[in-house]
Amino acid sequence: MVAPEVFEAMTPYFMEKYGNPSSMHSFGGKLARDVAAAREKLATLIGAQLQEIMFNSGGTESDATAILSALNTMPQRREIVTTRVEHPAVLNLCKYLARFKGYRVHWLSVDRKGLLNMDEVRAKVSDQTAIVSVMWANNETGVIFPVREIAEIANEHGALMHTDAVQAVGKVPIDLSDSGIHFLSLSGHKLHAVKGIGVLYIKKGTRFVPFIMGGHQESNRRAGTENVPGIVALGVAAELARKHLSEKASFMARLRDRLQEGLLATVPNAHVNGHTDDRLPNTLNMGFEFVEGEAILMRMDEKGICASSGSACASGSLEPSHVLRAMGVPFTAVHGSIRFSLSRYTTDEEIDFVLSEVPNIIAFLRSLSPFGRTDFDRACVVQ
Amino acid sequence: MWEYSDTLKDHFFNPRNVGELEDANAVGEVGSLACGDALRLYLKIDPESEKIVDARFKTFGCGSAIASSSALTEMIRGKTIEEALKITNKDIAAYLGGLPPEKMHCSVMGRDAFEAAVACYRGEPAPREKLEGNLVCECFGVTDEQIRKVVRENNLTTVDQVTNYTKAGGGCGQCHDKIDVIIAEVQGILKKERAKSKAPAKRMTTIQKIAKIQEVLEQEIRPSLQNDGGDVELVDLDGDKVILALRGMCTSCPSASVTRQVIEGKLKELVHPDLVVEEVEA
Repeated sequence: MVAPEVFEAMTPYFMEKYGNPSSMHSFGGKLARDVAAAREKLATLIGAQLQEIMFNSGGTESDATAILSALNTMPQRREIVTTRVEHPAVLNLCKYLARFKGYRVHWLSVDRKGLLNMDEVRAKVSDQTAIVSVMWANNETGVIFPVREIAEIANEHGALMHTDAVQAVGKVPIDLSDSGIHFLSLSGHKLHAVKGIGVLYIKKGTRFVPFIMGGHQESNRRAGTENVPGIVALGVAAELARKHLSEKASFMARLRDRLQEGLLATVPNAHVNGHTDDRLPNTLNMGFEFVEGEAILMRMDEKGICASSGSACASGSLEPSHVLRAMGVPFTAVHGSIRFSLSRYTTDEEIDFVLSEVPNIIAFLRSLSPFGRTDFDRACVVQ
Repeated sequence: MWEYSDTLKDHFFNPRNVGELEDANAVGEVGSLACGDALRLYLKIDPESEKIVDARFKTFGCGSAIASSSALTEMIRGKTIEEALKITNKDIAAYLGGLPPEKMHCSVMGRDAFEAAVACYRGEPAPREKLEGNLVCECFGVTDEQIRKVVRENNLTTVDQVTNYTKAGGGCGQCHDKIDVIIAEVQGILKKERAKSKAPAKRMTTIQKIAKIQEVLEQEIRPSLQNDGGDVELVDLDGDKVILALRGMCTSCPSASVTRQVIEGKLKELVHPDLVVEEVEA
C-alpha cells in the first residue's frame, strides 16, 4: 500500500502545486527544488550521488534503458549475460535482442535452491560482453544474488553491470558508493510510493544513450515532463524505507519465519522454494504438492488473503513459473506454488489468520485431487 | 484474477458429485500433473438402458477446471450415453454462465473425459490414444486432428483461440505456423460447406480479381505480417497465378513458405478457388 505519509506529501502537487518544474515562472520553477529534495533522498537510500539518480516510469523502463544504453554505447560488443530467472522486463527484452537484433545472450542457470554458480558467471562473461544484468533479489523466491561480486567480474572484462533491484530496495541495505555496479533499477510501488514512478541509477562517468528522446529533462537523459507528484512520493517513501530498514527487516523476517514454520508443521507435502538464508526478509514461496495454485488463490481470496502463484493458470499463460522451472522444481509442486509477500504493515494477527485458514484450503483441494495418493503413479512426475 | 460468473464460483466453492465411485463401470481420465490440470471421471452406467445412473469426479486444476468437472457430472447424470454424447464443450461453458476465453480448455477437458469414460465402458481404446494424426504441439502433446476438431466445432479463426481451447501453442510457440495452416485449411472447408448451397464461384474479370486480391491482402494478410515487421505486395496477376513479393522481415523469415501457404489459402477462400500464389524476390 501507499504509506499514509507518502500520500499526504504528494496530494498538494495535484491541485495546488501543479506547475511544471521546467518552467521559467516561479510557480512551476520552484517545484524543481522539491524534485531535487526527492532526488537527494533517493541518493541517500542507495548510497549514490545526486546526479546518479534519474527518475522515470518504473522498473521495466529502467531495465530497458540500462540494457539498451549499454548496447548502444558499446556497439562492438555483441553479447549479454543474464540469468534464467530475471523478471520478464529483462527476460523478454533479452529474448527480443537475441531473436531480432542478433545479440548473443548467455543465460545463467540456477540450482535447486535458486542460487547462481559463480564459476559459470566467470566462464560466460568475456571481452565480448556489453552488459551483465543480474537481479539483486528474485521477485518470486526472494533469493538474493551476489551482485557486487558479479559486478567485479563484469568490470574485469570492461563490461557494464546492471541490476534489477526492484524487489530488494528498502528490504536489504544497499550502498552503491564503492560498488562496480553501473545501473540499478528501482520502482516506486514496491517502496510504498505510487505506481508509475521509478529510478534508474546511472553510475557517474558511465556513457549513456537515452531510451526516451525529446526534451532536456533529467539532464537530457530522460525526456518527458517530470511526474512531480510521483517523484515527491518516491522521495518520502525512500526516506521512510531508510528509517525503517533495519528494524522492519528483522520484524518482517520474524513474521515470515513464523508463517513458514507454521505452514510446514501443519501442511504435509509442502516445502519452501528457494534458499532460506540468502533471501529477502519479506518473501515466502511455498510449494503445495498435488493441488493447483489458482484454486488455492481463489479460496484464499474468498477469505481475504491475497497472494500470488507460479501456477500456469493463475497467470493467463499456460506455462508455469519460469523461475521455479529453472530451479528444477518438479511439476508436482510448480503448479501448486504460492508466494506470500509481507510488508512492514503486516501484523501478527494476519499471520495467525493465514495459518488458521491455509491448511484447511489445501486439505479440501487435495480431497478433490486425483493425485497425491500413495498408489499414484510417480512416473507422471516430469523433472 | 479472472472474471468468473457466479454460477462458476458456486461450482468451484461447492463442487457437486466429488469423489470416487466404488461400483463404477466406466472411468475416464484426461490431463496430467505436468499439464497443470487433470480430471478422473467415474460413471455408473445401467447396462440395460445405457443410462448414466451416477457420475463422480476427482479434479486437479484451477477454479474453472474444478467447476467444469462439477458441471459435467450434473449435466450427464440421468441421461443415456447417446444423449450425453451430444453435450459439447460449449454446452459445459454455457452451463457455467460462460468461461473466460483463456479457460475454454477446461470445458474441452470435461468433454474429453466423458468420451474417454464412454470408450472405457464400451471396451474401446481411449479417444486420445485413438486420435490419428501428427503431433503439432510438442509442449502439450496436441495432434493436428485434435486441433482440427476444436477449430471445426467452435469455428476458431486464430492461434490464440486454439491455444485457449486446447493449450496447443501455449508453450514454446514453435508450432504457431503449423496451427495457422490447420486453421486456414479447416476454415476453407467450412467456407466451402457453407457456400455449397450458394452458386458456384462466379466468373471474374482480371480487373475484378486484382481489386479483390488487393482488398484481401489489405484486410486479412498485411496487418498480421506488419505486426511481425514484414509485409507483402502484389506484383502481378497472370491468369490465375498471383505473383507476390514478401518484404521486410518476411524476406529473411524461415517460415516464409508457410506464409505463402496461408496467403494462398485465404485467396482461394475469399477471391477464387483456382488462384495459386507464386513468390518473386523482393
